[in-house]
Amino acid sequence: MIFWRIFIIFLKIGAFNFGGGYAMIALIHNEVVERQGWLTQQEFIDVVAISQATPGPLGINVATYAGYTAVTNAGYAPAMGILGAVLASFSVVLIPMLLMVLVSKLLQRHSHSPIVKTVLRVLRLVVVGLIASAALVLVSPENFGSYQNAPMQLVVSVIIFVVVFVAARKRVNPITLLGLSGLTGLLIYIW
Amino acid sequence: MTTYGQLYGSFLKIGMFTLGGGYAMIPLMEREVVDKRQWLSQQEFMDAMAIAQSMPGIFAVNMATHVGFKQRGALGAVCAVLGNIAVPIGIIVILAMFFRSFADNRVVESIFKGIRPAVVALIAAPVFNMARTAGVKWQNAWIPIAAALLVWLWGVSPIAIIALAVIGGIIFARIKTINNK
Repeated sequence: MIFWRIFIIFLKIGAFNFGGGYAMIALIHNEVVERQGWLTQQEFIDVVAISQATPGPLGINVATYAGYTAVTNAGYAPAMGILGAVLASFSVVLIPMLLMVLVSKLLQRHSHSPIVKTVLRVLRLVVVGLIASAALVLVSPENFGSYQNAPMQLVVSVIIFVVVFVAARKRVNPITLLGLSGLTGLLIYIW
Repeated sequence: MTTYGQLYGSFLKIGMFTLGGGYAMIPLMEREVVDKRQWLSQQEFMDAMAIAQSMPGIFAVNMATHVGFKQRGALGAVCAVLGNIAVPIGIIVILAMFFRSFADNRVVESIFKGIRPAVVALIAAPVFNMARTAGVKWQNAWIPIAAALLVWLWGVSPIAIIALAVIGGIIFARIKTINNK
């Protein structure tokens, strides 16, 4: 049943979500796009974009959106979709909440133990790789255009990518960058 | 005494203004939780941040859990978290209901065609700074590189990689302590 699957999958995503919102992208993409097919590659990146421009943690936003689409795609009414959205968001925070309450005292006491320190150090290294992989899996013909089918879009996309990459490293506000990219897209592709 | 309503209300406010990722709301949360409500001291706030970052889960939600639990136990934690995620859930549900009917609209599609490569760039941009903070050096650079390639090229689940990192970290720490003895 779809609601049970949503519960289990987002429980799993929540439990293994180390390293903040961007690290979560690779995890959610792998489960929601590649394994379950609840969102297409394009829908996924659109939700990430919307998350950047609306309040709220990325994990909650993507869970909410994916929960809604998974249920409505399965043929249920929009009201049931809302239920799926709320369920997905609760599932994603459930295990971290329990751990935070149960383990935080323990972790505080053992924060100087070499094992805890080493594990956290290795996790930080892995998280850097996971964020890089999130960017890499999203570089696809659906998001950038392709040499055969949409060469013009590919050129525009690469230019936008390079400009935004450089500007973001210089700490320009991401919402400004998304706004300008959207405007560029509108001016170029509307014709 | 702190009421459930105060916990809900304070974190509702924090959740409403968390734009662009969890870390953007740290100053806002600090003002609300430390200065205004005095639920945590400055030092407790810093300690809570360190723990919230090293645990799985969403940073803002972890902080809400910690503060809520400290004030009013389990139900307090639930109230704080519900407040924190109420507005975001509402906004995304409304967007999800209408976005699909707009997605085929020419204007919307044009805008998102421009935005998609920008999103990828925004994700890629902090990788190098993060690499420095995480302590990536020539000797250990293979760890993040291997993780990225496994997920990207072979579709390995990030869950497997995180589990492996935890196990690897424990084994590595054990070997080090044995060697030091």
